[in-house]
Amino acid sequence: MSCWDIIADYGLRSIGIGERLLPRNEFTLCHQFTLIGSGMIWNIYFGVLALLSGFFFATLLALGKMSTNPIFRRSAEWTIFIFRGSPLFIQFFFAYFLFLSLKQSFPIFSPFTSAWIGALVVLFLNTSAYTGEIFYGALQSIPKGDIEAADAYGLTGMKRFRRITWPTMLRLAWPAYTNEAIFLFHATTLVFFSGFPTTRQRGDALYYANYFADKTFNPFVPYPILAGYFIVLTLIVIGLYGLVNKRLNRHLPTSDRGKIKLRMNIIR
Amino acid sequence: MGFYWSFLTVLLLLGITAPCALGFGFLGAMAARSKFFVFSLFGHAYIAIVRGVPEIAFFMFFVIALDQFLEWSRHKILCPDWSEPIRQGNDFVVCQAAKLPLSSAPQWIHESYGFTLAVFTFAIVFGAFSANVLFGAMRAVPYAQQETAYAYGMTSSQVFWRITVPQMWVYALPGLGNLWMVLIKATPLLFLLGVEDIVYWARELGGSKTARFTDYPHPDWRMWYFLALLVFYLMFTRVSEVVLDRLMKRLTHGQATAAGEAQRRAEA
Repeated sequence: MSCWDIIADYGLRSIGIGERLLPRNEFTLCHQFTLIGSGMIWNIYFGVLALLSGFFFATLLALGKMSTNPIFRRSAEWTIFIFRGSPLFIQFFFAYFLFLSLKQSFPIFSPFTSAWIGALVVLFLNTSAYTGEIFYGALQSIPKGDIEAADAYGLTGMKRFRRITWPTMLRLAWPAYTNEAIFLFHATTLVFFSGFPTTRQRGDALYYANYFADKTFNPFVPYPILAGYFIVLTLIVIGLYGLVNKRLNRHLPTSDRGKIKLRMNIIR
Repeated sequence: MGFYWSFLTVLLLLGITAPCALGFGFLGAMAARSKFFVFSLFGHAYIAIVRGVPEIAFFMFFVIALDQFLEWSRHKILCPDWSEPIRQGNDFVVCQAAKLPLSSAPQWIHESYGFTLAVFTFAIVFGAFSANVLFGAMRAVPYAQQETAYAYGMTSSQVFWRITVPQMWVYALPGLGNLWMVLIKATPLLFLLGVEDIVYWARELGGSKTARFTDYPHPDWRMWYFLALLVFYLMFTRVSEVVLDRLMKRLTHGQATAAGEAQRRAEA
């Protein structure tokens, strides 16, 4: 069996296309690369969707935390505190069992007990809280002069927000937001280890890496493969965010452009 | 009872890991600063590799890898006349005397061996994070301070221990505080390493019980157990936050930083 056959059989295994059984006694390098790579589909799915949806909710949370209305402020503060103050791992567990008991009274919640949407909801709220705090910090450090200049030009309300406040906020927050995105992708590996069950062994990259390590008693092959995939993913994320950063800062003189620095020191 | 003991397990893990990780971090930062090329390369590689990969991948990798490494080295020492290969197909075979812990050892040794491996793994991973923080903090100490010390005729190790190290803590504290929070939030991952911690007991005790099996029949309470864990972690992080704030205030007192200056102004 050549490597191409294995890729054809297992390349899309994690979403249920291809060979039904996982390999039982053949664990060639090609098997491991293919299956772990196929698991990356889930990591990318969770990461991309949570980031896209979380971005908008995070903006709302940041504005809520800045707001003078105590109801908005309090609720935004509590949301951010709860999701930043507790471990993501426990949040997954709690959400899973919450959906499980909600399902019994409201059948509408039954899809939420499977990972593809239930875990996505948790990741969405979690990344919104972390990003909301980053955006809030950025909103606070918008230069006073920018707002004054906007006032002087007669910009108010929504127009001022859209043209001045929001772009400046993004510019200031972008390096920190890049780190958040990287960590969100790392956090997606927790999904299948925390309550949410895998259906028919369709798991993410770490699930398959763990499968191989358990079967072969040799952690020195699957985990470095996983690490390699994640380093590539991280580099892609940095590249994409760097492009956006360039666009956000395109009107500024080059020496002032905020360069994205890789500072990783967060786990959830 | 096991449930309440497991909270102590978590606190014990934090209590042991934090100083160990700080020690590893200190060594890593010293290595990265070293003028000797090999040490410096080693320090930088340690920091870069551990930070670039999802942490749980590391946790799962290190526990097996450390175990196999220890057994392999004991095998080499204790059974020199063993002829068969260690990796037979998908099995990892060492001689009886090299098994860790020995198969005749009592139960508590097995448990504490697992716990020690977990602590060591945490220390390695968080050592890399704190090495990064300390490395930055050592560079943040104003260079003029060190130049002055050299001008007074101190040797470079004297400068390091008497000038750089005492002054770096104030720069390191925000980063280390952040790490402490991250470490708290990483403790539920102990569950994945096979230690019977609070996540394990919450799942066990919360699961539905029927009168036939136990004295305490109750429906599925896992949701409430995990809610309790969530609240426990929230309170824990909140208390740490307050303590760290106080500590920071104490440390900045009289320092030549912006925060120290603000304190002086407020008092004057």
